[in-house]
Amino acid sequence: MRVYDLPDAKGHFGPYGGVFVSETLISALEDLKAAYARFKDDPTFKAEFAYELKHYVGRPSPIYHARRWSEHFGGAQVYLKREDLNHTGAHKINNVIGQALLARHLGKPRVIAETGAGQHGVATATIAARYGMECVVYMGSEDVKRQAQNVYRMKLLGATVVPVESGSKTLKDALNEAMRDWVTNVENTFYIIGTVAGPHPYPMMVRDFQSVIGLEAREQMPEMIGRQPDAVLACVGGGSNAIGIFHPYIEYENVRLIGVEAAGYGLETGKHSATLCAGRSGVLHGNRTYLLQDDNGQIIETHSISAGLDYPGVGPEHAWLKDSGRAEYVAVTDDEALEAFHKLCRLEGIIPALESSHALAYAAKLAPRMRKDQILLINLSGRGDKDMHTVAEKSGLKF
Amino acid sequence: MSRIAARFERLKKEGRKALIPFFTAGDPDRASCVPLMHALVAGGADVIELGVPFSDPMADGPVIQRSSERALMHGVSLHDVINWVAEFRKTDTETPVVLMGYANPIESMGLEVFAKAAKAAGVDGTLVVDYPPEEAEALVSTLDRAGLETIFLLSPTTSDSRLKQVAELGRGYLYYVSLKGVTGAANIDIADVAKRLERIRSFTQLPIGVGFGIRDGKTAHAISQVADAVVIGSRLVQEVEAFPKDAPDKVRTFMADIRAAMDAGVKG
Repeated sequence: MRVYDLPDAKGHFGPYGGVFVSETLISALEDLKAAYARFKDDPTFKAEFAYELKHYVGRPSPIYHARRWSEHFGGAQVYLKREDLNHTGAHKINNVIGQALLARHLGKPRVIAETGAGQHGVATATIAARYGMECVVYMGSEDVKRQAQNVYRMKLLGATVVPVESGSKTLKDALNEAMRDWVTNVENTFYIIGTVAGPHPYPMMVRDFQSVIGLEAREQMPEMIGRQPDAVLACVGGGSNAIGIFHPYIEYENVRLIGVEAAGYGLETGKHSATLCAGRSGVLHGNRTYLLQDDNGQIIETHSISAGLDYPGVGPEHAWLKDSGRAEYVAVTDDEALEAFHKLCRLEGIIPALESSHALAYAAKLAPRMRKDQILLINLSGRGDKDMHTVAEKSGLKF
Repeated sequence: MSRIAARFERLKKEGRKALIPFFTAGDPDRASCVPLMHALVAGGADVIELGVPFSDPMADGPVIQRSSERALMHGVSLHDVINWVAEFRKTDTETPVVLMGYANPIESMGLEVFAKAAKAAGVDGTLVVDYPPEEAEALVSTLDRAGLETIFLLSPTTSDSRLKQVAELGRGYLYYVSLKGVTGAANIDIADVAKRLERIRSFTQLPIGVGFGIRDGKTAHAISQVADAVVIGSRLVQEVEAFPKDAPDKVRTFMADIRAAMDAGVKG
């Protein structure tokens, strides 16, 4: 077993990661790095985090054997890590609690966040309400229109939602705007980034908070079936749920790690969000990683049926796991994800998020080719309640 | 001696301070870039910071972001910007030109290719906003080899240990960002700037430019009392935005006013 201890002190995963920000942000990041180093192993902080995860989120999330779906394949047995059962309906809350606790310890009364589909925004608004913090969420104006329910949900929770009109008016522009707010208000404001991207220490910190997923699974699988799975699958947008379940398994070399990106209308159409499958290295949002960009290094617009995967970058640790060969990255189309979505609804009585449906869709390709005694573990990162209107529209219905 | 060093030396002899305008190449349109550069010089510019548009200008406020979007709508690339500098150099061999922008377009072109092309075109230096010194070693050594200078930013929150690092890596001049926040933000505190510049000068001999928050002759004059150079960006880009049809004329007049305010009291 090789020891895996990335990132290095400067936040590098091989050539990826790092701190690519303007000088004006450096001291805020250095303060954050120091604060995280101080609290991450602090017994009080750890106990608070564990308490919140257990009593507020409802952890540990169970692992569920999807028997009927597995029978349908006639191959590998499929197990689901049920992050969809968390409070607020997805894995996002794990990380938000960690960062909000850190903000409290640093005495910052105001938290800000960027959001695409609204899931991370809702999780942040939730915790801000729980801790009595001011909360401002930046959201591309296109996304505000597409995700009206989540916008309302954030407002119910007391957050201010700021529509961002610049650029493509989506997640990446919301991230730019949140960074700008942070530079200006750093004294009283903590920026809660929702995925394993951004400048160091964010990719490491978010990964650590999300690693609870894989740490639990590593205990649960031997209890259930007497061994670890043959492969672990997760969808990858920014990559936080994937890194959360992958990271504790990195040193388990017999466990395949498979990240599933959004191929949208198909990789050949150019309308997708499959950064690792079809992108190349570059610098965006404070880190070096794979990016979807044109020949001149401008970031291009992405597409996915699931707003949570619709991002032109990806966490730098995934870039490294790809290059080093430790993890494999594949992509499935909107239609394949939808088919898996419907199958899980009908065969298991579980409505998955469209993001997670991408991981399910690749499992549907893999499982039939595997033996019946082989095991796939899929991170079911969120539930699909938020996706009802998208799926209904695809079926020609309007509410 | 580099063009940048020569310019600062000449100004020092004359007892004047440098005026450094910034605008985005290709805004309001492609044909305006070179005429705008000449207009800036006619209005009293000493160094031109030419913005390379990027799709995600994270450190810029709405004014410069919009100018970047306009330039990208015209398909402006780093190649275009370098070509426009070459054209500018046909008639102006003295005014230093610094390309200012973000890392990705340069990485996409490749550091070596960029450095060679920029040098050949007559570019003097580069300021890459999202390459802090921690990540800039490859850039600095590549540009050094090509004979190009790497300009770095300093902020009110830059620690002493990093001041030292920036002083070692920085070439040409240093750019002190006088406010927290993004470009185009409001007020500037002159006394505070003066105090910080004193601290910075204990680490470096390089000239220091001050930018962010300079909007008119009055602030430019006040800053020129304490800094070696006054950088003016968002306010100038606002002129371009407001008067796209006759941007060169407007920009020249605007610059001349700033220049006059800065030079007021200087004996000719």
